[in-house]
Order: sequence, then structure tokens, then C-alpha cells
Amino acid sequence: MKQTRENNRFLNLLVFAVLVLAGIAFLAPFAWMVSTSLKPLGETMTLPPRWIPGTIQWRNYPDAIAAMGDFWRYTGNTVFLCAMTVAGTVASSALAAYGFSRIEWRGRDTVFLVLLATMMIPFPVIMVPIYSLFKSLGWIGGFKPLWVPSFLAGAFNVFLLRQFFLTLPKDMSEAARIDGCSEIQIFFRIILPLSKPALLVVALFQFMATWNDFLGPLIFLTEQKHFTLALGLQSFQSQNGGTAWHQLMAASTLVVLPVMAVFFFTQRAFVEGIASTGGKN
Amino acid sequence: MTNGDKHNLRVGLLFISPWILGFLALCVYPLLSSLFYSMCDYSALSPAVFVGSQNYRDMFADAIFWKSVYNTIFFAAFAIPLGLVMSLSLAILLNFDLPGKGIFRTVFFLPSLVPMVCLAVLWQWMLNGDLGLVNNTLKPAFGAVNALIGTHLSPPNWLQEAAYAKWGIIFTGLWGVGHAVVIYLAGLQGVPRHLYESAEIDGANFWHKTWHITLPVLSPVIYFNTIMGLIGSFQVFAVPYVMTGGGDGPERSLLFMATYLYQNAFDYWNMGYACAIGVALFLLILALTCAATKLSEHHIHYEGK
Repeated sequence: MKQTRENNRFLNLLVFAVLVLAGIAFLAPFAWMVSTSLKPLGETMTLPPRWIPGTIQWRNYPDAIAAMGDFWRYTGNTVFLCAMTVAGTVASSALAAYGFSRIEWRGRDTVFLVLLATMMIPFPVIMVPIYSLFKSLGWIGGFKPLWVPSFLAGAFNVFLLRQFFLTLPKDMSEAARIDGCSEIQIFFRIILPLSKPALLVVALFQFMATWNDFLGPLIFLTEQKHFTLALGLQSFQSQNGGTAWHQLMAASTLVVLPVMAVFFFTQRAFVEGIASTGGKN
Repeated sequence: MTNGDKHNLRVGLLFISPWILGFLALCVYPLLSSLFYSMCDYSALSPAVFVGSQNYRDMFADAIFWKSVYNTIFFAAFAIPLGLVMSLSLAILLNFDLPGKGIFRTVFFLPSLVPMVCLAVLWQWMLNGDLGLVNNTLKPAFGAVNALIGTHLSPPNWLQEAAYAKWGIIFTGLWGVGHAVVIYLAGLQGVPRHLYESAEIDGANFWHKTWHITLPVLSPVIYFNTIMGLIGSFQVFAVPYVMTGGGDGPERSLLFMATYLYQNAFDYWNMGYACAIGVALFLLILALTCAATKLSEHHIHYEGK
């Protein structure tokens, strides 16, 4: 018995050591990014590299903003697209999820299987016809291809919200129905107020997805004034790749920072949301 | 159908109507028209002309296409198992209930939030042959080996050498395993404690418990994550595209199926051919998903079965 306890203590110590080492490895790229973003160009090329810059050059940040073209415009475009897609996704996915969970109708579960199957369709496979479709609508080169689809309930978000709606007790809806409430009243007055945490998760996921999206803006946007931050950063990189690392790291830090900030304020909801996507059913 | 049933059907369909519209316009229509365009000469600038199986015959004879298939399969074949082992190991270690568990979880998770473009730019710098952090960390290790056995080995210039470029992309991807760690960690909370306790009474050690309890209970989650990883890996595009400045790497070593599809569609405006690549990509993913499902059938333990 005593020996097992000794063994356990040793194992715990070993595990802790591995976790610390792994933690350092996972944080190092962030530290490297910030460190490089504060160095004068010459110092990014000294060997061996130094973690703490000899001279801290804050100027890299305004320089990177100026060099990226219209940084503030890209930021505005990205924020606009985030706002539109979050609104569209939350509204349309909640409606669809209600239809898939709180109303019994014939064929519902079969249709839901179809919805699950659509999650397997890779975007590259359908992007050419979608491009043609938006082109025939005259939408290419504008923002519409990037936000209108979010009002058409993406499968993943419907799935997430449906799972949550299913956990809400049935009798509340029944009682409201007996009192003469219509489904849309039940949806707005009972289900939505109870689902704030799940709606927040969907909103957060959509915000991240839009902020991070690259392929969409790459194919649908044609003019620089419409660029998102992701596209603006890529365009800056393709012009300065392999040279201005200090500015590239400053620009990257600026694009990552808002995502990190949102995460830190919503950490709990976020982590629980991801944990719930494990497909245990 | 009673009147009540009809009413429910109507209301139900009304609620899901946004999804139905999206399903028809952004799934069914694009899939069918992708299939149709794959049999056409089509540039999006002029109307499509039906050419039968021409694109597919061109594709089978196209060495560059096969290169992209090879690169994609190579990437998936290493990225998926390595990601699985790494995320599972970290989750199991985190489950030890040691001090600072929450902090470690956050640290592992953070990189998976980094936008693709930032990820690519940052790791292009990390993997820089002379100045990058990766090689400057590896150099002392290589130096020690060289001194010991008298060799002249040095770390590769990752993204500039055809033989190593894909490994650069694989390592970049591994930095983002935190997402899966969080999912596995949640799955581990669902393992009944009494299973471990009775195993301990029977004298089971850590490995026994992991192999005979933890992994079987987690198997549905592992299966789900692996399928999602498979679908994701076969679409790899943004990171190599950005790292190569919109190209496909030395000797096309970073030309993936999605890259080649993109090039044909939006660089050469050869959209019919791009759709044929898309159909091939879709069938490949479908076949592998079916194969993975079939192979894992007897190894997945669902509760209550």
C-alpha cells in the first residue's frame, strides 16, 4: 500500500513536469511573436536570437498599421461582417433548432439526419457553383456573399442549439400551449430567455469564424477597400514575406489580440461550448 | 394525418425554413451544379459548354493533380494520428487533478484561437531556416549529436525544402490541438469513477486503466473527432497558401487538392476542371469516412450497449 502511494506521488510529479514543459512549448510561439514585434529590424537577424529586445521599438506597431494599407478600414469591415453574421446565425439557427426540437412533426428526425450529413460537405467542393451563383446575383466584390448565407442557418449551429433545446423540460411548453400561446410566442417568451448561454456560445463561435475566415474573403472580395483584417494581413505578408518580420509580427499581434480579449472575457461559456461539441450522441 | 399533425408539420417546416432555403441554395444546388460543371468547359465568364468526361480524363493524366492527391494524403496521414495522440495524451495528463489544471487547459487551448492567416505568418517566421525559433532550439541538440558521433547534421530549412515543407505545415497544425484537448477532457469527466476504483482494487496500474477504461469510454468522442479531423485535413488550404505567398511551395510540395482546385478556378478560370477536382475530393473524403466507420465499428463502445 505504501509503495503504491510513493508510486503515485512520483507519477504525479512526472505528469506535472511534462505539463510544464508542454505549457512552455505552447506559449513560446506567442512570446516569440510579441518579442519579434518589438525589435528593430536589425535585431530580428541577430544570432542567437534574444528573447528580450535590446531596444524596445514600439514604433513597429504604427509602422505596421501604416504599411498594411488601410488597417482601420479592414478593421471596420471585419467588425461589420462579424456583427452581421453573428446576428444572422443566432436568429436563423435558433428558429431552425426550435423546429427540430420543440415541435413534433412527421419526418423531422429524418430531415435532421440530412442536416447532419451536410456538415460533411467540404467548402472547396461547392465554392465554384456558389461563386457563380453570387456572380449572377451581382454580389461578387461586395460584402453580401460573406454575410447573407449566415441568415440561412448553418448546420453546425442548428445542431448545437437543438441539443440544448432538447434539455429544456417539455411541460413548460405544454403549459404555455394550454394557455393558448402560439409556437412563436413560446419560442420568444420561454425558450430564448432560457437559452442565453447556448446562444452566447453560437454567437462566439460565429464571431471567431468570421474574424478568422480567409478563403471566403479571398474569393469573394476584389477591391482593397473591402478587405478584412485576415485578407489585409495576407496581402501585407505576400508583399513583405521574408523581410519585415518585426512589422509582420506586430500586424499579427494586432489581428490576434481582439480574439484573445473576447476569449478571456467569455472563457467559461467558450470552453463549455466546445466541450459540448464532442459528439457523444 | 389529423388536423393537429398537419398544423405541426406546417409550423415545424416554417421554423426550419431558413435552413431549408440554405440547404437548397448552398448545398443541393452547388453539389449538383458542381457535378454538372465538372463535365463542362466553363470559365464563369462565358456560358458552360458540355464536354462529357474530358475533364476527368485530363485529370487522370495530369501529374500535377496526382501530386496534389499525394501531398494531401501525406498531410492527413501524419497530421490526424499525431494530432490524436497529442491531444489525447494532454487530456489524460490534465485529468490527473494537479494544481494549475485550469491554467494548463487555457495555455493548451489558446493557440487554437489564432486566426489561420496569423498562424501561417507566425509559423513561417518560427520555421525560418536561420533565424527561426524552431531551428535555434534544435541547433544545440544537433550540435551535441554531431560532437558525439562526428557528423555534420543541421536542422532543415523547413519551408524551403521540398522534403520537409509538409512537416512544417503538420507542426503548425499540431500547435492547434487544444481544441480537441478540451473536447477529450470533457469526455473524460464522463468516465464513471467507480470503474477506476474497482480496477484499482484488482491491482490495475495507470496503463491498464488508460487502455481498458479511459480509451473505450472515450471511443465515440475519438471517432467523431477523427472524422471531423479527416474532413478538415483534406481541405487544408489557408496555411500553406499564406506561407508560400499564394503559391504552392518548392517543387509543388505544398500543392494540396484544395490549392490546386483554387488555382484552377481562380487563377486559370478553368472552373470545369476545378469542379472535377472538387468531385474527386468529395468522393475521396466520403470513401475514407466510410472506411473509417467500417473499421472502427467493433472498437467503439456506446454507453448502454
